[in-house]
Formats: sequence, structure tokens, C-alpha cells
Amino acid sequence: MRRYLLNRLWQSLVTLVLATIVVFVGVRALPGDPALALAGEERDPESLRAIRQQYGLDQSWLVQFWKFVSHAARGDLGESIRTGTPVRSMILSALPVTIELSVLAIVIASVIGVGAGVLAAVRRGGPAEWAANGLALLGLSVPHFWLGLMAILYLSVALGLFPASGFVPFFTNPVANLHHLILPAVILGTGLAAVIMRQTRSSMLDALSADYIRTAEAKGLPPKAVIGKHALRNSLIVVVTIVGLQLGALISGAVVTERIFALPGFGKLTVDAVFQRDYPVIQAVVLVTATAYIVINLLVDLLYSVIDPRIRVRGEA
Amino acid sequence: MTPVLAVKDLSVTFRTEDGPLSAVDHVSFEVGDGEVLAVVGESGCGKSVTAMSIAGLLPRSATVDGSVELDGTELIGADKRTLRSIRGREVAYIFQEPMTSLNPVFTVGHQISEVLRTHIGLNRQDARTRAIELLKLVGISSAERRIGDYPHQLSGGMRQRVMIAMAVACDPKVLIADEPTTALDVTIQAGILDVLRGLRERLGTSIVLITHDLGVVADLADRVAVMYAGRVVETAEVHDLFANPQHPYTTGLLGASPAAGRHAESQRLNEIPGLVPVLTEQPDACTFADRCPRAVDTCTTSQPQLTPGPHRVACWNPVREPVEV
Repeated sequence: MRRYLLNRLWQSLVTLVLATIVVFVGVRALPGDPALALAGEERDPESLRAIRQQYGLDQSWLVQFWKFVSHAARGDLGESIRTGTPVRSMILSALPVTIELSVLAIVIASVIGVGAGVLAAVRRGGPAEWAANGLALLGLSVPHFWLGLMAILYLSVALGLFPASGFVPFFTNPVANLHHLILPAVILGTGLAAVIMRQTRSSMLDALSADYIRTAEAKGLPPKAVIGKHALRNSLIVVVTIVGLQLGALISGAVVTERIFALPGFGKLTVDAVFQRDYPVIQAVVLVTATAYIVINLLVDLLYSVIDPRIRVRGEA
Repeated sequence: MTPVLAVKDLSVTFRTEDGPLSAVDHVSFEVGDGEVLAVVGESGCGKSVTAMSIAGLLPRSATVDGSVELDGTELIGADKRTLRSIRGREVAYIFQEPMTSLNPVFTVGHQISEVLRTHIGLNRQDARTRAIELLKLVGISSAERRIGDYPHQLSGGMRQRVMIAMAVACDPKVLIADEPTTALDVTIQAGILDVLRGLRERLGTSIVLITHDLGVVADLADRVAVMYAGRVVETAEVHDLFANPQHPYTTGLLGASPAAGRHAESQRLNEIPGLVPVLTEQPDACTFADRCPRAVDTCTTSQPQLTPGPHRVACWNPVREPVEV
């Protein structure tokens, strides 16, 4: 297990270095000179040179890269070109919102998706399967933004059940915090719930026809143990992978959802930075996203080996 | 002697897209206390379906008629709760594929303990202690260490031993072993058969041994029921069956199986031409007639019934003289 862990950590580190290079080059490959964008109206060569010097843009890419990496490693992500605020503090205030939204969305999607998937597999051919399949198709086909707008229109504006927008930090008021986040989380989770449901259903069907299920039944175990333990534990291996793969979609979904519900999260920060050509912010946002993605994948892989003992041992071999 | 397990007129029909499929037709047999009954036949003759129907393990597409009595309790038509309390406790199973019959994500100790905790209500610690004893009983060395292993860490033979340990955990009255050695190497097979023999001697477990391997039958069985196309065509005490096979199908099976010395003079093994028929309904004729070298006119017009007596055969033209096979 330790060897597997070290191996996996090393892979993550390599990926992170590659991601850093891509971010650095990517930002510089964008059309337009950041100095020009910064200079605004005063485009005389003198002020342009001053700007380039101030931001180190006159140095070679290698030197710039080294500065970027060494600063980033110390947690210094530079300052916003627009506001002068340290990017680090901008990110630190936006990140908790997105993390909470995503975690909530994953929890809701998993509970609904796994529950409906198991039900659809066990009640195969019955109305429960039809209903679950229909809802999954709907969940996959209906775009987030439309669903979000409809939810605001009917549930928030017409019925007044949920606030239409805004955010209250969890530690200020946990109840109000959940009240604000539950609707966006459900909206963000619908697509994921549909994917999880379909995956759970098909892997449960596979598991239920496996020999070890026959053994479990021959042992006289109650259906709760046969389905909820023996079959589900095996199905979850596939489901966890799928959830891991879907996290990319979740992150981009969060951008849209945060925009609709006016949540001051990472997605909003990204969109604003792009609109304002705030290069240090874009660079930092992409780097943090990539890091988050790598960390999440690492966690998924570790979770995977907790569920499936065969992976643990293969890593040792 | 009252039988532990009495199967009477057991019939199983499957609903399929091509209409009903008759898998087992009026099968009857009895298993005495501590007796080993072998059910023999080719693939698709209904052996496994018969075995599964005993504890109600067939899928919902199966219709089961007839009677299965376990120590006087009727199992056909019994409610699910009753069946669950019997499975694993009174009737236990061992399956053909030890590779896939154990759940890959739980330790073998957990899987054995589970039976004990479900049926006897042992706590975690007691179940573990008992599981270690059971692993020792089936001949697994360093059981204390092996108990924490996952199935993929064990060899095929070890896994089958674990299956057996799990099956006998609650000291069942009847152990149904469905092709327990088929998936294993010959050298491993003997060990598994030893374990089964030991269980019968030590615990007095009755065993229904489903197999197509006549070597296994000769090694372990007291009595044999030969099945063909869903019917029992011959049943006799094991030595009697090997010495005086009366049904042409039985002689065919014996002739098709290799035995040390028997085919020494480079004699070819005899093949029974044709396949076991797939039957949508059981005809009023002998189902073996098409493949039978001894078929007479009656065979295609009327179904033969098992004769009474200790050596029973369902055939219009049985082999009466001891044959050289």
C-alpha cells in the first residue's frame, strides 16, 4: 500500500509540473500583449517598457517561468492587475464557496444516483426502472443554465422557497448558508446524478448476475446484505471511477451555476478575470484548478483501492 | 431409514423467448443420512438445475413443481423467509467456479463469518475463532493468517476449500456440491475430494455430488443417479452401476470415460454421437432414442418409467449382460 501511495504521489507531482508548464505557456500564447492591455490609453513606448519591466515581461521565458514557479511554490500568486489585491487572497475567499457547492452537489448526486440506480437494477423491467431511466435521460439532456433559471423562476421567485441569489458563509450562519446553496447544488448535481444512476444501474446488473451473488444467496443472507453489501460494494468500484471522470464536468458546471445564482465562488472569479483580461488571476485560477483536479484524482484513486482490495495488492507486487 | 432429503417428481420449466423450456422432468431421488449421492450426466442434462431448485435458488423465470422434503419440511413453495433460514444452515452449496464464487472485495474470513453471524448469531470475535477452526478443518495451513486474505490471494484449490469451509460452517444436513472439482487441476482435485470424504466421516453430512466425472463418482459416491435430458434414467448403488450398467446411456458414459488400464491397448474412447436435446416439452418417448444404439420401436412411441428395486432403470431395451467397457 505504501509503495502504491508513493508511486501515485510521484505521478501526481509529474502531472502538476506539466500542468504548470501548460498554464505558463498557455497564458503567453493567448493573443494580445498583456503590456498593451495594461497600458490602456497610454501606449507610448516609454510606459510600455515600464510596464514590461514592472511585471518582468522583458525577461526571458525561462527566467519568467522560474519566477512564476518559485513564487507559486511559496504561495505567492502575484497581484490582480485590475485591483492590486493579492491573487492569493482572492482565491482563498472564492475557493470555499466552490468547494462547498461541489461537495454538496456530489453528495446529493451520489445519494440520488446510487439509490435510483440500485432500485432500477433490482426492480428490473418494472415501473421503478422506467421512472429512473426517464429521469436520468432528462437529467442528462436538460442544460444546467436552463434548469437553474427555471428553478429560480418557480421555486425562488414564484414560491419563495429558496433565495434566488447570494451567499452566506457557513461559519456566519450555517442554516442560511445551506438554504442559499441547496438549490444551486441540486442544479449542479442533476447531470452527475443521472450519470451515476445509469452507471450504478448497469454495474449492479452485472454484479447481481455474478457467481458470488449466487453464493451469497446460497448462504441464506437476507436481500439487504446480498444487494446492499455484496453487489453494491462491487458496483461502486466502477461508480467511483465515473464520478472521478465527471469532476471536470462538475468544475465547468460550477462556473455556470455560480454565475446564475450569483455565488462569489471560483467560477465567478474565473469568468470575471477572463472578461477583464486579468492575466495573473487567470494564470492562478487555471493553476489552482489543475492542482485541484490532480488532487481529486489522487483521492479517487486512493478511494478506489480502499473499495477494491485487488488494486492494493497489485501496487505492492 | 428415513431419508434426509427426498426429491419427488421434481419438474422445472423455464420461460424463454422461444416458449417454455423443460429442464427437469419428474425427477425423484432420496439421500440418506451421511450418504453421498452422485448425480451424473452430460452438460445440459438438468443436473445443476435440479441442485439449484432444492433450496429455491433458480431465477424467477423458472417454474418448479413437485416436492423436495428436507427432514420432513417441504421446500417447494416455501416462503422466502423459510428458504433463507434453510440455505447455508440446513442445505449448503459448493459451486464449480471457486474463482468467481467468492466475493472479490471481502476477506475469506469475513465471508465465512457472515454465515455464522447470520444463522447462529455469533458475535464478530466468536465467528472469527470458528472461521479459523473451519479453515483448519478443510486443510488450510496457517489459517490464522489466511483468514485475512482476499480471494485473489489464494490458489484455486484453496478457494474451493474456503467455499467448503463456508458451506459446512453451520453443520448442514445436506451439502450440495455442484461440479466441485471440475475447474481444478487433477492434483488439486484429489485433495478436495479428501476434504469432502472427511466431512462425511467426521460430521456425517449427506452430500449430493453433481458431476460429469465418473472418476469422482467412483471415488466418493455411495449411490448414483444418471440423468439424461432432464430425467433420471438409471439409479443404483455405485459398485452395481459400474459393474452392471443397464441403460445404454450409462454404458455410453462409461465407455466415453478414460480409466487407467481400461483402454491400455490404444483403444479409442467411445463417443456418444449427437447432443443432449433441448426440449420445449417432454415427449411421450425415450429422449435418448435418437442417439441410442439399442433403440427399438417402443422407444419412440412411449416413455419408459424407472423400474422398481435397488437398481432402477428407465429403458425399454436395457443391457442385461455385464458389458465390457
